Amino acid sequence: MSLNAFVTEERIEGADDGPLAGRTVAVKDNISTEGVRTTCGSAMLEDYVPPYDATVVERLKDAGATVVGKANMDEFGMGSTTETSAFGPVENPAAEGRVPGGSSGGSAAAVAAGEADLALGSDTGGSVRNPAAFCGVVGIKPTYGLVSRYGLVAYANSLEQIGPLAPTVEEAAELLDVIAGEDPRDATTRPEGTDSDYAAAADGDVDGMEIGVPTNLVEGADEGVVETFYDALDELEAAGASYHEVELPSVEHAVEAYYVIAMSEASSNLARFDGVRYGHRADSDGNWNEAFSKTRDEGFGEEVKRRILLGTYALSAGYHDKYYKKAQDARAWVKRDFDEALGEADVLASPTMPVPPFERGASLDDPLQMYLADANTVPVNLADLPAISVPAGETDGLPVGIQFVGSAFDEGTIIRAGSALA
Amino acid sequence: MSDSPVDPDEVRHVADLARVDLADEDVDRFAEQFADILGYFETLDEVPEVDRDADLVNVMRPDEVREGLTQAEALDNAAETDDGHFEGPNVS
Repeated sequence: MSLNAFVTEERIEGADDGPLAGRTVAVKDNISTEGVRTTCGSAMLEDYVPPYDATVVERLKDAGATVVGKANMDEFGMGSTTETSAFGPVENPAAEGRVPGGSSGGSAAAVAAGEADLALGSDTGGSVRNPAAFCGVVGIKPTYGLVSRYGLVAYANSLEQIGPLAPTVEEAAELLDVIAGEDPRDATTRPEGTDSDYAAAADGDVDGMEIGVPTNLVEGADEGVVETFYDALDELEAAGASYHEVELPSVEHAVEAYYVIAMSEASSNLARFDGVRYGHRADSDGNWNEAFSKTRDEGFGEEVKRRILLGTYALSAGYHDKYYKKAQDARAWVKRDFDEALGEADVLASPTMPVPPFERGASLDDPLQMYLADANTVPVNLADLPAISVPAGETDGLPVGIQFVGSAFDEGTIIRAGSALA
Repeated sequence: MSDSPVDPDEVRHVADLARVDLADEDVDRFAEQFADILGYFETLDEVPEVDRDADLVNVMRPDEVREGLTQAEALDNAAETDDGHFEGPNVS
């Protein structure tokens, strides 16, 4: 059957030569491509054709890559299964009948099935690492500020980064080398990624590497996942690395802090979709407010509405201190915990997802259960740190990912750790 | 700031603030889910106050005119335009 990995299949040819010459790349459909529609997996943007390229797309073209299509995704990046897309769910090529993970599920599936050599996704709370783990490929969430977000349709802009997906760590690092670096059009970018050579760090040499294992992110995970995770650690130990356990008490509150912040930012960022300048516009004889409300009811799917409303609630008078301010405290606490743990380790390791890929439809009726599945990935976005998900093996024939988290702008070390496995 | 479960009127009020029409059955379902989700968010009360070291700096660029979208490009995705302007719904 068709994977439904792409919303739009269209070739965008890059320069004749460059580091990615001859390579094909799938680009998540929330990353703007000039002249090629960019839907964000939403009926709201079904016919939207951006008049400009995202910075990362410009850099792909300059590097000689060929974009082969716009990858399917959870609507506006909201979901962990790629089932909330207005263009239908994506099949998991590595585990038939299961979800590919989300929200960059189309990007991960395209790579896993060989429909693209490489892919770009975006990671707000795990949306590159989660589908990489579920589809058995490699995914990197860069340090906040390493990769330009210019042209990425904003969902939760203080958390999200564009990141690469690839079959191997080295190929993911090569793609990261192309997209990383300062951009005058995104004032949150930093110079650290300019002239990077992350691919050179993928040498598999973990001799002497010290790995911290946060027990809070291992306890409670599925038994088969934990077993596969420790087998991978054993492999690293055999290669000369050593590991010790660490406590990160703050991560117990990371999921609720993450969702309060992400939903609050979503309610603000998605206010721009009113049908006047772009996007779906409802037929309405009503006034401004009535017309906007009808347009937004018709254009947005259920998960998007849920998050906009919860975000509006969390920011509304009387609740700001109770939810948003507390979430910012939790974010600062998570950052401090990670900094301390990384003071005594080169990287931190945990299972990427606490469970193997879900069966289709399993989490749609219970949003809270879906949110809890992101427990191991969201703390990294709150702390603005880099992380990589690498295939660790399988449990009952289903892919399991191992996640390595590094210090800010220390992408080289997580790439080196991951390259010892894939 | 009550701890009572979210009632349908509250969901309607928030939907109104967010400019999203909701069907009656959506309102009831959201009211149930919001009670669950917001109840879970309340565990944030256990979070201690943490000092935030904001090492933030302003990033400025020279205030110079640069090339941007043409008017035609800017209007190209709008459902309704009039004489080079976006056309919105009636204000009242």
